[in-house]
Amino acid sequence: MIKGNFIDNLPKVYGIYTGGFLAFIIIMSIGEQMGMTAKVIGICFVAFTVAIYAIIGYLSRTAQADAYYVAGRQVPTVFNGMATAADWMSGASFVAMAGGIYFKGYGYMALLVGWTGGYVLVASLLAPYLRKFGCYTVPDFIGTRYGGNLTRFLAVVVLTVASFTYVTAQINATGTIASVALDIPFQYAVYVGLISILLCSMLGGMRGVTWTQVAQYIVLIVAYLLPVFWISNKMGAGFFPHFMLADEVSRIAELEAQFGFVKNSAENLKEVPKGLAGITKAHSAVNATPWAFISLALAMMMGTASLPHVMMRYFTTPSVKAARKSVGWSLFFIFLLYSSAPMLATLSKLSLIDPSLPTGIIGKSISEVQAIDWYQNWNSANLMFVSDFNGNGTLELNEFFMGGKAVVLATPEIAGLPYVISGLVAAGGMAAAMSTADGLILAIANAISHDVYYKIIDPKAETAKRLIVARVLLVVIGFAGATIAAMEIQGILGSVIWAFDFAMSGLFFPLVLGVWWKRANKEGAVAGMALGLISGAGYLIWVRNGGSGFLGITQLTFGIFGSAVSLVAMVVVSLITSAPSAATQRMVDEVRVPAGKSILGKQH
Amino acid sequence: MSKQEQHWEKSKGLLMVTLAIWFVFSIGIFLFGAEMNEVTGPFGYPLTYWFTCQGSLGIFVILIFWFANRQEKIDEEFGFSERGDD
Repeated sequence: MIKGNFIDNLPKVYGIYTGGFLAFIIIMSIGEQMGMTAKVIGICFVAFTVAIYAIIGYLSRTAQADAYYVAGRQVPTVFNGMATAADWMSGASFVAMAGGIYFKGYGYMALLVGWTGGYVLVASLLAPYLRKFGCYTVPDFIGTRYGGNLTRFLAVVVLTVASFTYVTAQINATGTIASVALDIPFQYAVYVGLISILLCSMLGGMRGVTWTQVAQYIVLIVAYLLPVFWISNKMGAGFFPHFMLADEVSRIAELEAQFGFVKNSAENLKEVPKGLAGITKAHSAVNATPWAFISLALAMMMGTASLPHVMMRYFTTPSVKAARKSVGWSLFFIFLLYSSAPMLATLSKLSLIDPSLPTGIIGKSISEVQAIDWYQNWNSANLMFVSDFNGNGTLELNEFFMGGKAVVLATPEIAGLPYVISGLVAAGGMAAAMSTADGLILAIANAISHDVYYKIIDPKAETAKRLIVARVLLVVIGFAGATIAAMEIQGILGSVIWAFDFAMSGLFFPLVLGVWWKRANKEGAVAGMALGLISGAGYLIWVRNGGSGFLGITQLTFGIFGSAVSLVAMVVVSLITSAPSAATQRMVDEVRVPAGKSILGKQH
Repeated sequence: MSKQEQHWEKSKGLLMVTLAIWFVFSIGIFLFGAEMNEVTGPFGYPLTYWFTCQGSLGIFVILIFWFANRQEKIDEEFGFSERGDD
């Protein structure tokens, strides 16, 4: 069926794959009609998709360093964009984002702006130049540009702190979904998730991860968009929700004014299960101060440009030109999901609170709501709760509580969609969390194996030995992440945001100034990375322990403080020490020009 | 000024324009979030709300493609673009 080079056949291969996936959805929905149970459908969806990723991972196995580290630098622009989008959109984006918008409205939507605006910085400040450099990892750039093992090592430290914070959340998310879909306890499900993740990356490294991420993007985007369009049409809200929900948005504002936001007493709130929240903020009105919004968006944008698992995706394109375009495609594919999340939040909220809709529950009697099937399901899953605080027998807006995940997971069922959609959503969430976890674990393992082991400890190591070290590290880091995830220390979203702040504290200015300021030298970079990370982490610990903070910088935006310290330290120390050597300055000149050989050779 | 310096001057100019547009739609407009939200924006959504869920995001996508094309033109002008096609 397929002849010739794999790369030339990509559109065909993934076209067939997408068709096969859609056919699988249809088969499942026929199965549902014929009496397959919800549980079996859930298992089929997760097992089938994970099996496909594992096959792709196996077919992509390699024994070559440049295939393992940068997928042979031959990933075409559009496909690299899809892989980056999957790499980027985590379990948090897929499962938690619509819920965050549902509960917090405008203040939360700073994340949408931040997580997309950051790509402008990636495209214009960094990605093409790092691609020209020809490095395998982000610390590879820092170590070569500034020189010396200390800079390389510090970059590995910052990368590991940021990525590890992020990855535990992703393994946690795969575990949550696996435990629900396969009906096994969370402590075991975490390891099922981990093994699925390792199947994609163990044998093929970056090459395996690239081609599984493209496959995972297709699953996750179908799983996100199909329900949004279906629900919108079913509710009669509009054929194309993104352009047609203005009436629904203003109807929610009208209902909010009618019901009012009644504040619950602390006494009453004690009854509500942990993790559930009520609707307390306006849906479309501006409910945050400009600085609260802007500081969060800014932290996320600078963090985006510093996160190594994203940056290394642009090392895999065939050229500098392709790297630039590829950033645009990445953001386009991300935009498809991010612009749909607010629409899903709108549809979900209106279908629950509008008394004139058949699905609306506000204004109904409490006992009537408690008798609804879906309410009972999600109540027993600890994601929904109602209580008659004022004793009038009727459900008020402030008496209804829901978990953030329920917006994505439960809305299809509330709107009366067949169960096959819920199975699809589980597969999509799994794909989102797995693809991000793979990118992160690979970023850490590659940095330690390439930069610490090969470049610092044993520069004479042979390729075979280097790749064994890389794979062993992959497994070790994965298990360490899964073990911490199984302890369930923090929520998914909080730790994701911290990862951005850590990355920007230590890496943003050393990376940007490495390209854009020739005078930046080794001493400056060491000071920038070390003081940036230490001051950012210190600020976080201080605020967590009751510190008041300053300038409105919170524990979600501590990277603004860390990166400011990093910038000042880097500039001051660079200027009081001697300028970098002529050879280094020439190297920077060459990085700025797309044509010609890369700084580091094909095999290094 | 050498060819390489001229190329870099032009690239820096493009960077400044790109970052200025980025700044307006990621930070600038949200200084006036409350005032802007009184206005009805595209498709009938409140204006600030529309920017946060579609407008700014879409502008970033277009901005990156525009930037990539402009930079390619600059590279070609000075003969610094890569040979071969992607």
